Amino acid sequence: MTSRECSKPKIVWLQAITCNGNTHSLLSANANRLKLFLDSFNLIYHPSLTTELLLEELLQQNEEIDFLLVEGAITSNKDFFQISNQTTSEVLKKLVLKSKYLIAVGSCASYGGVHKKFEQNSDIFGLEEALEKKEISSLFHPIINLTGCPVHPEWIFQTLFSLKEYKKIGLDEKGRPKEIYSHLAHHGCTRNEYFEWKVEAKSFGLKEGCLFYEQGCRGPMTHSNCNRVLWNDVNTKTRAGMPCIGCTEFDFPRDNMLETKKNIGIPDQVPIGVSKRAYLSLAGVAKTFKIERLHERIIK
Amino acid sequence: MTLKEEKKNSIIEKSLLLFSKNGFYNTTIPDIAKAMSMSVGNMYNYFKSKEELAKFAIKYSTNILARDLREINQLQISSKDKVFLFTKKYLENVQKSPEVIEYFLRVYLSNREVFNKDCEGFLCVSEFVTEVMILLDEGAASKEFRQQDFFPAFAMIMGALGGFAFLSGEKVLDKEIVSYSDAVAQNIYRALKYDE
Repeated sequence: MTSRECSKPKIVWLQAITCNGNTHSLLSANANRLKLFLDSFNLIYHPSLTTELLLEELLQQNEEIDFLLVEGAITSNKDFFQISNQTTSEVLKKLVLKSKYLIAVGSCASYGGVHKKFEQNSDIFGLEEALEKKEISSLFHPIINLTGCPVHPEWIFQTLFSLKEYKKIGLDEKGRPKEIYSHLAHHGCTRNEYFEWKVEAKSFGLKEGCLFYEQGCRGPMTHSNCNRVLWNDVNTKTRAGMPCIGCTEFDFPRDNMLETKKNIGIPDQVPIGVSKRAYLSLAGVAKTFKIERLHERIIK
Repeated sequence: MTLKEEKKNSIIEKSLLLFSKNGFYNTTIPDIAKAMSMSVGNMYNYFKSKEELAKFAIKYSTNILARDLREINQLQISSKDKVFLFTKKYLENVQKSPEVIEYFLRVYLSNREVFNKDCEGFLCVSEFVTEVMILLDEGAASKEFRQQDFFPAFAMIMGALGGFAFLSGEKVLDKEIVSYSDAVAQNIYRALKYDE
């Protein structure tokens, strides 16, 4: 390791029970941003990438870790998941003791995600639930939840660079950075005009129409900046014609994610901060207008 | 409420009586002015035209029903009880102020051309329709009502109530309209209730 690398903040990326989706997302980051990240930080361990250290070596030595990034859910049940003959819970607890910052990368690490739905093992948790208060008392900062399935690589970079420069970051009540999760996926959605006038998409994949009423879109109830910080710099689910499935929220994954639950044709849930009475009143009025332009294909 | 708003409301109330009795086209602004003991010119200080008055009148009359249903919706009672309570309230309104319902049936539904601009769809009756939506939504969410499309459910409520008001207006009912309240509510509830 060069002396220059020694001065960079050290990052350890632990993979617990995961599909590797967040690692894939990281590797699909904008090439310039990924280079800046690798130039600015010292990624001393990542199980899917070539690093000088093995996990066992890391656990044995006393080296301090600046940022411990965890991908995947945690269990203390050895029958279901082990790394180097240890449970993810044991490995996590040992690494946390060496770390300054603990960051959950993705919904599984944050709240247990899809694995928590696995009925055969009730001992599956996100980081906050998996650790006792005294086990995280040595951390410099509360646990940071970067929710998402997967996390946008820019959210990881933004969080790491903010912490590197300013040592702290504002979190919401769910432990998510406010800068990233205060707005809704609905903000910046290119279908907002269709939402306003209640013009629904006829099927998945179309560029025209709103996906809220028929296709289960959670954009107006989901905290994320997906439609402002685009994926691969060009697109989002909703722009491509796939409804937002609320993957940054605590209750992800929900059942029947591509359906809008309705009661007698009326949506069960309405956008955050709007009473049902007000929403229905406005929706009823909006539906009375038929704006021809919004009922036509954009590209014929 | 300002004095002008109070005056507007009393003009609307008077016009509801005249419109529902004589029809939209057979009622003129001078007729309403005469009934109000006002000059025709002064009438135009409150409403620009007979069409505008007609649109305000439909909002005014359905908002009476909307207020009743909103109060019922906010009660902590079953959806079945809400249906029974609203039916009773509706039929009481028909008995007490028949012109309100008559106006809806005989002017609003029969003279659509008067209301096709600025009153399209649910625009002028939206407060009331919203309350019916709340009633149905909460009933289905609590599994008291079965899932079905909105419009058949809406028509089941309004068709039964409107139809009964029509029978009352035609004076063909044997008994006082309010005495049919539970029987009408029972029919509406049966059409909506959850099937095992």
